[in-house]
Amino acid sequence: MSLWERLYLFEILRGLGITGGVFLRNMWLWMTFRKGALTTYYPEETRFDYAERNRGKHVLTQRPDGKPQCIACNLCATVCPAKCIEIEAAFDPDDPAHPKSPSRFEIDYSRCIFCGLCVEACPEDAIRMVKEVPNLPAYDRRTMWLSLPELLTWNPQRDVAKPYPGAPRKEPTRGAE
Amino acid sequence: MIQDLLVYVVYIGYAVSVLLVFGTVLTWVERKQAAIMSDRIGANRAYVRLPFTQIKLVWLGLFHGVADGLKMMLKEDWRPVTYDQLAYALAPWVVFTPVLLVFAVIPFGGILDPAALFRGIPAVAAWFGDRTYPLQIARLDAGLLIVFAFGGLTIIGAMLAGWSSSNKFSMLGALRAGSQMISYELIMGLTVLGLIVIYGTVDLDAMARQQSGVAFGVLPAWGVFYQPFAAILFMTAAIAENKRIPFDLPEAESELIAGYYTEYSAMKMGLFMFAEFIEIAIIGALFTTLFLGAYNLPFMTDAGFVFPGGGTVALPHALVVLIQLVVFLLKVLLVCSFQILVRWTLPRFRYDQLLKFAWKFMFPLALANLTVTVVAVWALRAQ
Repeated sequence: MSLWERLYLFEILRGLGITGGVFLRNMWLWMTFRKGALTTYYPEETRFDYAERNRGKHVLTQRPDGKPQCIACNLCATVCPAKCIEIEAAFDPDDPAHPKSPSRFEIDYSRCIFCGLCVEACPEDAIRMVKEVPNLPAYDRRTMWLSLPELLTWNPQRDVAKPYPGAPRKEPTRGAE
Repeated sequence: MIQDLLVYVVYIGYAVSVLLVFGTVLTWVERKQAAIMSDRIGANRAYVRLPFTQIKLVWLGLFHGVADGLKMMLKEDWRPVTYDQLAYALAPWVVFTPVLLVFAVIPFGGILDPAALFRGIPAVAAWFGDRTYPLQIARLDAGLLIVFAFGGLTIIGAMLAGWSSSNKFSMLGALRAGSQMISYELIMGLTVLGLIVIYGTVDLDAMARQQSGVAFGVLPAWGVFYQPFAAILFMTAAIAENKRIPFDLPEAESELIAGYYTEYSAMKMGLFMFAEFIEIAIIGALFTTLFLGAYNLPFMTDAGFVFPGGGTVALPHALVVLIQLVVFLLKVLLVCSFQILVRWTLPRFRYDQLLKFAWKFMFPLALANLTVTVVAVWALRAQ
């Protein structure tokens, strides 16, 4: 160290100037009703820099009539490494195109590891992940089970990946090949 | 006689409440200032919910201090198996009490004249007659010496705590505290000697009064302008006295867990922390009184302003008392804020550096400062 640095005082004053300057700058921001911090209030605020492909909370896509697109095939529940998806199937004889649908579809967010394998496994594009994780923190892990009403909050009309209403799929004729 | 009792009971109530409020609020100031300095928001989640409503008062996280206090009170008071339960139980109080006592001799305002204050109520004015009271709990000629006497007592508390805890970490912390505080106590005394030579008294109120004049034609006659060097050394030594970063080796948490109060829990540990925070305020008050013109605004006396140009502004007594009380608190808060700024800026010294810094760097400087001051004062008086 040079003599100047070994005198402590001036270097210390320089340091105090830096930290004090940051303090005054942020204080000025706060006093003029702006935010003088990098912190994001969680969960009140959503971070602006979530990646576009961030794997957040799940949504179930819907048919135009509002029913879940899910066919209760249990592939997601099977592939789930955390075993946090529970599906109970129901049979609907009035809808011959989609006779099988979930009567209960629950995800335990206290165990979900947000790996996205359920999305990959789904043959019907019925489950997807949004990039945010809204309203997940809870005081009680029993309240962290989300079921159909919470998962069906996504508006399908804005989906571009799969146009609605979908064209009726032709049944492949057996033995053609 | 009754009048005296009444006034001093009010004074003591004021002083104790000011100190306790400072001790609590400084925890909040420290958190918030540190947060703002490092682009964070700081603790802001504790709230008080108004009963029977959903209205939650957050008030910028001010209630975190209350939450801390409650937590300390409700925690289990765990006791180590020590051979000296008495010293163990006594130590927090030996640290805490002298810190409060020091404030008794610090003037927090000028002269209070109740008759002038209650001119509108003749009965009260007549009851007080021509009695006047300095705004100070104990008007002692040896004020500064009392400060050092009581300030030195806290070392005993730290040593007792470390010694009676039956813990190696506590013991090491106490050893460090002992040698550090004694070293820096000496430097504090030496720096203040220069001021004593200049003011010619150790009475804190007389010192405060002398600082309302004019120095070098334009500047207020504050101690910091007569003794800038001593002010820096005093501040450094005072922070070391209070065992705060960069001198917090007695309780260096990465080395000694919590130093001499490792074995303390619940409110006993809270007392140590509280004493430390109150001592920040005490150091602020002492620095204000000695170096920053005490309770007066620049060029202000008990009668009003006397500016260096020759202009004077007379002020009513009630306004003067109010200004002095508020200005004193503001100055103390500013000095406290500066100490917190230092604490969140500098890294910790190594222990050998700490003692070397005291004995090989600050001690000669303090001596040199004293020598120069004495020679200068002698030369000026000889004219």
